[in-house]
Amino acid sequence: MAVSYRIAVIGDWESVMGFRALGLDAYPASSPEEAREIIHKLAKEDCAVIYLTEQLAVKLEDVIARYKDALRPAIILIPGKEGSLGVGKRSIQSAIERAVGADIL
Amino acid sequence: MANITVNPTRMELTRLKKKLKTSQRGHKLLKDKRDELMKQFLETVREVKALRAEVEKDLMQAHGAFTLASALMSSEAIEQALIYPKQSVELTMSFQNIMSVNVPIYDFHTKTQSSADIYPYGFAGTTGELDSAVEALQKVFEKMLKLAQIEKSAQLMAEEIEKTRRRVNALEYVVIPNTQEAIRYITMKLDENDRSTTTRLMKVKDMILKEAIEEKRAQDVAAMSGYQAEHA
Repeated sequence: MAVSYRIAVIGDWESVMGFRALGLDAYPASSPEEAREIIHKLAKEDCAVIYLTEQLAVKLEDVIARYKDALRPAIILIPGKEGSLGVGKRSIQSAIERAVGADIL
Repeated sequence: MANITVNPTRMELTRLKKKLKTSQRGHKLLKDKRDELMKQFLETVREVKALRAEVEKDLMQAHGAFTLASALMSSEAIEQALIYPKQSVELTMSFQNIMSVNVPIYDFHTKTQSSADIYPYGFAGTTGELDSAVEALQKVFEKMLKLAQIEKSAQLMAEEIEKTRRRVNALEYVVIPNTQEAIRYITMKLDENDRSTTTRLMKVKDMILKEAIEEKRAQDVAAMSGYQAEHA
């Protein structure tokens, strides 16, 4: 299984530009619709991990839910340059609630 | 109970008993699976929480450094500096099986080995702030990948736990009680049949006996009257 995959970062220009220097695929997206299209495109291609800024994620919950149970891609929320909105933490909470039926931590 | 549409036959009873045994065994196994998954899941979730807090903190620092850099340089200059990356990352993905859940394991290789060799631009046209921003991102990246791995694992495990939990509950509260009820129903019905057969046989026996007695009596009476006629 030595297929190599790509890692993508989607977010506003300032949040993603730095990742380009690390060799990740940075996709600046200014609107949620743009980001949605990029995610769908990347999911079909060879992209294993997508980092998405929380600012965009709050408007793209349907897309995130759709890929949640898929093995690939993993959509991971990261705080954008405006700071953390706590969406990433909430997604862990919801995973716990889903599994346990109650928030126990 | 609700759905008693079973045939009260011995064959059905054997079938149901077999089914009950399978359900109980399946229930036990699934319960064990659920418990173990839950244990692993909670461990993973704790890890995710800690790592996420760390990553968010580091990333905010990196963003701060980047904002500083973009304040000192024009955005065109930054874009120009970063447009063609020197570094490239290749991600290989393998799978680990945790209680029948496939979770990904990411492994990445970078093209350039040294972490000091990542800057894709000459130092002449850029500021030192950009260097430190890129360096900060570089540092947080490894953690981010680890976070991606365990967070995805947690999501996949949550899904599997949910499924397993539903199955356990369905077996425990629906399938097993219903089967037991059906078995009880058939047993009772069969017993009832047994009793009614016994009663019927006793009744028939009574009737036959009664008939025989009456016949005998009639014969006796006939014999008696014949005897009296002879000797009168």
